[in-house]
Parts: sequence; structure tokens; C-alpha cells
Amino acid sequence: MPEKEINNSPELTPGHRTCAGCPAPVIVRAVLESSDDPVVVAAATGCLEVTTTIYPQTSWNVPFIHSAFENAAATIAGVETAFQVLKNKKEKIKLEQGEGVFEKQFGFDLANKINFIVFGGDGGTYDIGLQSLSGALERGHNFLYVCYDNQGYMNTGGQRSSASPKGADTSTTPPGKFSTGKTQFRKNLMEIVAAHDIPYAAQASPHNLADLRSKAKKAFSIRGPKFINVLSPCPTVWKFPPGQSSEIAKLAVQTRFWPIYEIENHRLKLNWEPPEFTPVEEFLKTQKRFSHLFKTDQGKKEIQKIQQKIDLEWEKLKQ
Amino acid sequence: MLAQTGAQAAAEAMRQIDPDVVPVYPITPQTPIVESFSKIVADGLVNSEMIHVESEHSAMSAAVGAQAAGARAVTASSSAGLALMFEVLGVASGMRLPILMNIANRALSSPINIHCDHSDSMGVRDSGWIQIYSENAQEVYDHNFLALKLAEKVSLPAMVMQDGFITSHSLENLEILTDEQVKQFIGRYKPQYPLLNIEKPVTMGAIQLPDYFFETKRQQIQAMSQAREQYDAVAQELSKLTGRSYPKIETHNLENAQAIIVVLNSTAGTALAAMRKLKNEFREKVGLIKIRLFLPFPQEEFREIIKKAVGENLKTIAVLDRAVSLGSDAPIAKEIKNALFDLSNKPQVYSYIFGLGGREIFEKDIKKVYLDLISKKTDHQVKYIGLRQ
Repeated sequence: MPEKEINNSPELTPGHRTCAGCPAPVIVRAVLESSDDPVVVAAATGCLEVTTTIYPQTSWNVPFIHSAFENAAATIAGVETAFQVLKNKKEKIKLEQGEGVFEKQFGFDLANKINFIVFGGDGGTYDIGLQSLSGALERGHNFLYVCYDNQGYMNTGGQRSSASPKGADTSTTPPGKFSTGKTQFRKNLMEIVAAHDIPYAAQASPHNLADLRSKAKKAFSIRGPKFINVLSPCPTVWKFPPGQSSEIAKLAVQTRFWPIYEIENHRLKLNWEPPEFTPVEEFLKTQKRFSHLFKTDQGKKEIQKIQQKIDLEWEKLKQ
Repeated sequence: MLAQTGAQAAAEAMRQIDPDVVPVYPITPQTPIVESFSKIVADGLVNSEMIHVESEHSAMSAAVGAQAAGARAVTASSSAGLALMFEVLGVASGMRLPILMNIANRALSSPINIHCDHSDSMGVRDSGWIQIYSENAQEVYDHNFLALKLAEKVSLPAMVMQDGFITSHSLENLEILTDEQVKQFIGRYKPQYPLLNIEKPVTMGAIQLPDYFFETKRQQIQAMSQAREQYDAVAQELSKLTGRSYPKIETHNLENAQAIIVVLNSTAGTALAAMRKLKNEFREKVGLIKIRLFLPFPQEEFREIIKKAVGENLKTIAVLDRAVSLGSDAPIAKEIKNALFDLSNKPQVYSYIFGLGGREIFEKDIKKVYLDLISKKTDHQVKYIGLRQ
């Protein structure tokens, strides 16, 4: 898509207050402009929600609802179910009483098809919202859940989440005499989501918008629950210059830190394989949140462990 | 006339309301409401779609989503379920969504206990929901329509309470309206700003900073006042259909009463029976107040009723609470003391706690309260009915 068209995306308008260099609005636009049908959006509490809906202004030019932090999936479940019921009512009324009667009785018209989309950060998805996400996936609602994963609670100042990678300096896992940053590896959400036997799950990166768009398009063509996990490098908390978000996302994919792939009807397909091996250091050294790892022997050991885990995960994906 | 439990009465009312979306999660003693309704759905008697969610938090969240979308959403809960919903109760009322919820009252943990008290609904009394309490299955049934219509008039959510097990699981005779009568009474729900209106996109649940939040809360406060004002008209309209009346505050035998008991839900029935069985010489001196509309609390009306009664004979009021507010006065006692504070000529208000965790209360217990009040064998110390000392 030409640059001009991307910038003119009417669904999420400019003027929102995301930090300079934040990929979240780019991800949202790529997803929304991939829908041929009208959309209704729900968002979990988080960076995207607070920066785009500061009353009395809103950046959303499509129907948008935010309820709370942990319930975006349950909220969209209610919206989507309401749509199905009202649609049936509309058809019944049309058959029994003719055209235009529904509109008169309910005070609005109902589109024939709507794509229901959730945007949640990793806190609202991997952590506090995991239960409602699991419930909605299991029940099979017709919606697309997009996680913009910036690997921490960035809206509240950068605390660790279960999506924060091992070794990361977050505000609740600071490095120190007895700490090399976050101890644990990040949660494998994709495996958890895929275990719900949903028809489509994918991982994507904002440096490759064509890939993200084609995944969103595919998701919209499938009925049932769909999930896309998109890396969202955070200049503010990962600590890198705002102009480098895309470059860092690209490095995450090149170093296999963030493989891009899709799982369609149980078949996993890697969408891009790096032609050569690039050590994870290349990704880690671009961000200050990992800088302490390079300064001590223990930190260097952590980097080795991170590399080993990446290699292991990559082998699993290739099988 | 049908023989129905309180739970079935709620489900029958829901059948006639035919809500669009019913998100549910099981919890004792509410479960028979959603079980009965599930059968109604399975038999194709309604157009409703149920969402069998994975928690009460999600039940209320899905109700918020559905109602915001432009549909009618109804759910039910009890105890821990209502407590788990707490966060989303405020979302529902703050977003001004007239969701209807049936509550089978049950104690809150800990200790875990499945039996009736009012700590659950009293615990959420600052959430911005209209609260209507029911004495029996008939009232549960009637109140569902009353609550729904009032809620939609003022754009606030409403909950209808019934005592867990005592009402929810007891069979009673139930007079029901025709489906057509209910349909006419509740009318079609016309959402103000439906999320599903693609032509006019709205942002719901926006963030409000200190420059707007206060005004939004003020609007909610006003909506609650409107609910108080509009209640009577809705109640009278329902009365015309059923022949039963639904005053916010129901009074019995206040004319010459020296002492009255204030109570709500099923114990109002027990108290009435106890009062009627008192010897004539005592019966003339006592009265009963049953609170139907607890929130918004009808302060003015209550004050006027008491003012009039004090002008005659009233000396003492015993408020019977089936909940405690640990570290403070019990919820209804507090509400009533607050309402009477501005009266220059006040009766004595005594607080009684009873029935926590389903502890039985009998007519003899109520009789004793009346006799103690009349013989002035009481004081301002909080009393516990039926408690082993």
C-alpha cells in the first residue's frame, strides 16, 4: 500500500497521545485497514486506550468500547453476541413486517457483517486478561484479538509482566548487586492460545506491515476466534531512540527473538526464516533495558541462556 | 396461577422479558435461576442468546458489552459472584447501561457459607445500581419488570434481590401476567448510543481526567435522583396490571404504633406474621416498615412517614439488618439514622443484627423484639437475634 494511503487511514485519526515512536497506532491501522467490512473495536485498559480516548476527544472513528483491564475479550463476547441476536431479530422483523421496521423500532440500522476486534497490551492479555481471553476463545466467539506486546506494563511506568523477557531491566525487576533483571523467560502465549484449538493464530511484527495486513485479512476471512500477537517495541521503557522502533522489531525477527509465523488449522507455518544466524546480542544491545547484561560475567551468562532458549524455541517451531 | 420457587419466578419473568443476551455463571443459590432459564432457551421459548462465561467478572463484562452494543442484557448472581463483579458493576453504572440482575442473597466468605444474608448486595451498595428487595416469589417476579422499566427510563442498572434458599428455593403460588401484558409494559428497548450503529461511531468507556470525571459522577447522582422520582409512576403502571402495589416503603399498622420494626426481603413476611399474632393489647402498639426500594434510598418519604408516626405515638424503631458493616453501624440502620437526623422530634433507633450465614429467624424472635420495644427493655447497644452467647 502506498505511504500516503497508510497515513490517511480514517479509522484511527491523528492527534492521539502515544509516545513518539510507539508502534501501537501503526499496528492498529494496519489491522483496521485490512477489514473490508465495518468494525467494532474493544480495548483493554492500557497505553493504547488511555492515549486515544482522552475525554472529550477520541481518535477512534469506528465504534469503540473500553470497559476494564482484564475483560476486553468478555466485553467483545457480549457485543458480538448482541450483534448476532439483533441480526436475527432484524431478519425476523423484515420477514414479518417488511423493510425499515427494525430501524424504526430500534432507532438505528444494523450492518450485515461486522468484524469484531480487540486490542490489548501484554498486561491485559498474558496476565490479568488471560482468563477472559481463554473463556472467549473456548466459547468460539467470532472475533479477532490483537495483542500489541510491548513486554511490560508500560502504561504504569514499565513494570515486569509475564511477557517481559528474561534479563530485562523493568521498574520492578531492576538489576542490582543480586539481580540481573527479570529472572524468568517470557510466557509462551502463542502455545496457550493455540491449545484452545482456534482456527487461526499468528505472530507478527510492525516492521513488516504487509505480513501483518495479510494476517489480519486472513483472520477476517475466517469465522470464529482468531489471535494475532504483534511485537510493539517501546522506545520509552525499552530505552532506545524513537526513530528505531521498526529497526528493532526487524532485529527481533532476524535474531529469532520474535519469529513471525501462523498456525492455521493446527498447521504451523514460519512466514520468514532468517537466511543467516544473527546472535541475540544484536537485538539486546539496541536497548538500554538489557545494557546491564553486557557489563558483568553473570549478565553474559544470562545472554547465553537467552540464546539457548531462542535456539530451542526455534527448533520447536521448525518441527 | 403457578407453583414456582423464587428462582423460577425470576426465570419466568426473564422469559417474558425475552432479553437479547444473558451471560451467566453458576453460583449457589442463584444457580436455579440460570438453570431454569437455560431450559427456557433450550425449548426455544425466547429469542435470547446465553453466554456461558468462565466467571462472574466476565458475566458482567459481557452484559456491559451486550447492553452497550444496543441489546437488553440480563444476568443473575449471588455472594462471591457479586463480589467478583464489583469492578464491572461500576463500569455498568458509569457507562449508564440499564442491565438487569437478579440476586439470590447469600453470605460472603470467610468463613464460606452458602446460606442467606445480605452482605453481598449491601456490600455493593455504592456501585450506582438501583436496588429493589423482594419479600417473596411474587415480588421477585413483579420487581423484575418494575426494575427493568425504571432502569431503562433513567439509564442506570438495577438489581432485584431475593433471599437465597428461603425465597429462591421455596415453592409459592405465583400469579403471572400474560406475555402480551409484559411486552406492552416493558416496551421495546431503544438504546441511546448503540455501539453497533456503524453510521454514528461512538467511543464508550473513554478516560476522563480531573477536568471531566467529577461532572460525569454528578450526572450519575442526578440519574439516581431521577430514579427516586420516577419510581412511583412506574410502580403505579405495574399496579394497574397486577392489582398489587409497590410502594418504595411499605407500611403496616403505623397509625397507633409506639414501636415499629424496619426490615426487608423475606423477613418482612415473618415480621408481619409475628405482628399479627401478637395479643390485641400489644398489636395496637406496633407497626412494620418493609423497605422495597433501598437504592436510591427514599429518604424524604421515610422521614415523612416517621414524622407523621411520631406526631401520633411512635417512640422507637428497631432496624433489623441481615448484614453487618464491620467497624460501623449495620447498613439499613445507618441509612435510617441518616434519614432521621434532621427531624427535630426523633424516635429512638435501635439496631438488631440477625440471620447471618442463614441463621434462622422465627416469629417468636420478632415477637420478642416487639415486646422488648414496648416494654422499653432495650437500649442503644446493638442486639443480635438468635446468636449463641
